[in-house]
Amino acid sequence: MTETTSPPAATGRRVDHRGLAEPDAQAPKIATITGQSAEFDAAGLTPRLINLELRRLLYVEGVTEVTIHNPGAQHSIAVGLLIRCRIRIEGSLGYFGCGLVDGPEIHIAGRVGWSVAENMMSGVIVIDKNAGSLTGAALRGGDLVVRGHVGARTGIDQKGGTIIVGGNTGSMTGFMMQRGRQIICGDAGPGLGDSMYDGVIYVGGKVAALGVDCVEAEMTPEDDEFIDRKFGIYRMQRPERFGKFVCGKKLWNYDNLEPNERKLVL
Amino acid sequence: MCGIAGIIYKGQTGDVGREMTRMLQAMRHRGPDSTGYALYGETSDLLIMRFALADPTDHRDFDFSERLERNRRKVESRLAKLGATIDRVQGESDYAYRATFRYDGELKPLADFVEDVPGAEVLSLGHSLEIIKDLGDARTVSQQYRLDDFRGTHAIGHVRMATESDVDIAGAHPYWAYPFSDVAVVHNGQLTNYHQWRRRLERLGHRFQSECDSEIIAVYIAQLMSDGLSLETAMKQSLDDLDGVFTYLVVTKNQLGVAKDEMAAKPLVLYEADDMVALASEEVAIRAVVNREIDTYDPYEREVLVWNR
Repeated sequence: MTETTSPPAATGRRVDHRGLAEPDAQAPKIATITGQSAEFDAAGLTPRLINLELRRLLYVEGVTEVTIHNPGAQHSIAVGLLIRCRIRIEGSLGYFGCGLVDGPEIHIAGRVGWSVAENMMSGVIVIDKNAGSLTGAALRGGDLVVRGHVGARTGIDQKGGTIIVGGNTGSMTGFMMQRGRQIICGDAGPGLGDSMYDGVIYVGGKVAALGVDCVEAEMTPEDDEFIDRKFGIYRMQRPERFGKFVCGKKLWNYDNLEPNERKLVL
Repeated sequence: MCGIAGIIYKGQTGDVGREMTRMLQAMRHRGPDSTGYALYGETSDLLIMRFALADPTDHRDFDFSERLERNRRKVESRLAKLGATIDRVQGESDYAYRATFRYDGELKPLADFVEDVPGAEVLSLGHSLEIIKDLGDARTVSQQYRLDDFRGTHAIGHVRMATESDVDIAGAHPYWAYPFSDVAVVHNGQLTNYHQWRRRLERLGHRFQSECDSEIIAVYIAQLMSDGLSLETAMKQSLDDLDGVFTYLVVTKNQLGVAKDEMAAKPLVLYEADDMVALASEEVAIRAVVNREIDTYDPYEREVLVWNR
């Protein structure tokens, strides 16, 4: 069924009855393909056209390495890729970049806006510069590496995987975190680990203030080994010392659990 | 959602009208209801007053044009009655005007007297500030008011997705800090102690043009500055006084400032170079005027930054 409406005043682009932008768009087929590799210039393309071209290369042409030039900080680029591949983005992304991916290795030679790698299931994303707020929200697996600073609420509701930040992180880092690990090399803003259920946050710099039910724990040799291994993979400089922060499990909800439930949670 | 943007040149002027249009048009998806600009040209000896005599949504009855013409003449006669020497009054659209005049008296009685004319709303008053706002996206408003030719030192802008007040000019940003000269604000967020602050400021004699929570930020900041605080100190105090989620930009004749609430709940991306600063809710807006790979960052919670032109 193709039901299209007239262009909304806000964007000037056609949308269908579900609000999907540019419903009739086709992959522009502008990439240069060399064997298993391809590259294309995204300048002047809408996010939908960029994603269509990327998906064509990966899913139709069978390319395994793609380089995208001039992404122009556009939103929602390289989302929902459920395939093992390598993507290099030469520039910066806007909001919601690389969300819901499962498998790709993505290198962004720039910065990213809010909510990069939201709900990533597996793979690796490396960002050379800064990232905005909500970095790695609800991350489920894989490694998300930001070499610069990140904004607020990093790894909110994180459910697995590892987030590594080379610089500082803003307020409410690890808010409601459930699983996984974060390694913050710089300082952390107020509310670190607020209401976290589980998981571990390592901080190399100063912590402005701990959040509710977040406590400092002893570093173990296993913690050091884990950090060293990750830093070796991503060739990062390790700070002199790390503090380890976990859930204190003192919130009222833990007191209200039945003994068998409590055993599961703790 | 709404989108905000700002640009300031250090020690020089630029095409701030055209650039602000590009920035706001790049964020049109954040707010299709209305678009507004606060533009700062070269400081003039004359006062510049932007005012509207009707709203674009007003019913166009048979004597609409005649009524507006009558009211425009009333505005002119009231300015003259208060001792202003009018240089020029020009129509910028069917219902919006730009007046320049010489006047040495208090601004509040003048603005109050003008606004007493039926349908009149003073959008801005100052020696370099000009606020232009209307319904539609940035390209529409820019074309309507011929903003591409506007050269100046700094500017802020706003694309609005109306949530808590109507879609009309009164609800559109930026807000002039009535009746303080050359101060304006754009805001992304919601203030939860808006009514409390509005009552406090009304008790000090201030009046408000709209029901929009953002308007109190402009008056609040200008009030603190008129009490002797610097812009930066006033903005820092606002972090304790204002409750809710907010990122807002303030402009005065010589400065542009940004403040974020303690949760950093609303976005802002910042690019600073030796000769200019550009900031916006989304990086895509900055890239609309800086067409090269740049380093940007998000200011943190409770961060206040101020730049001079």
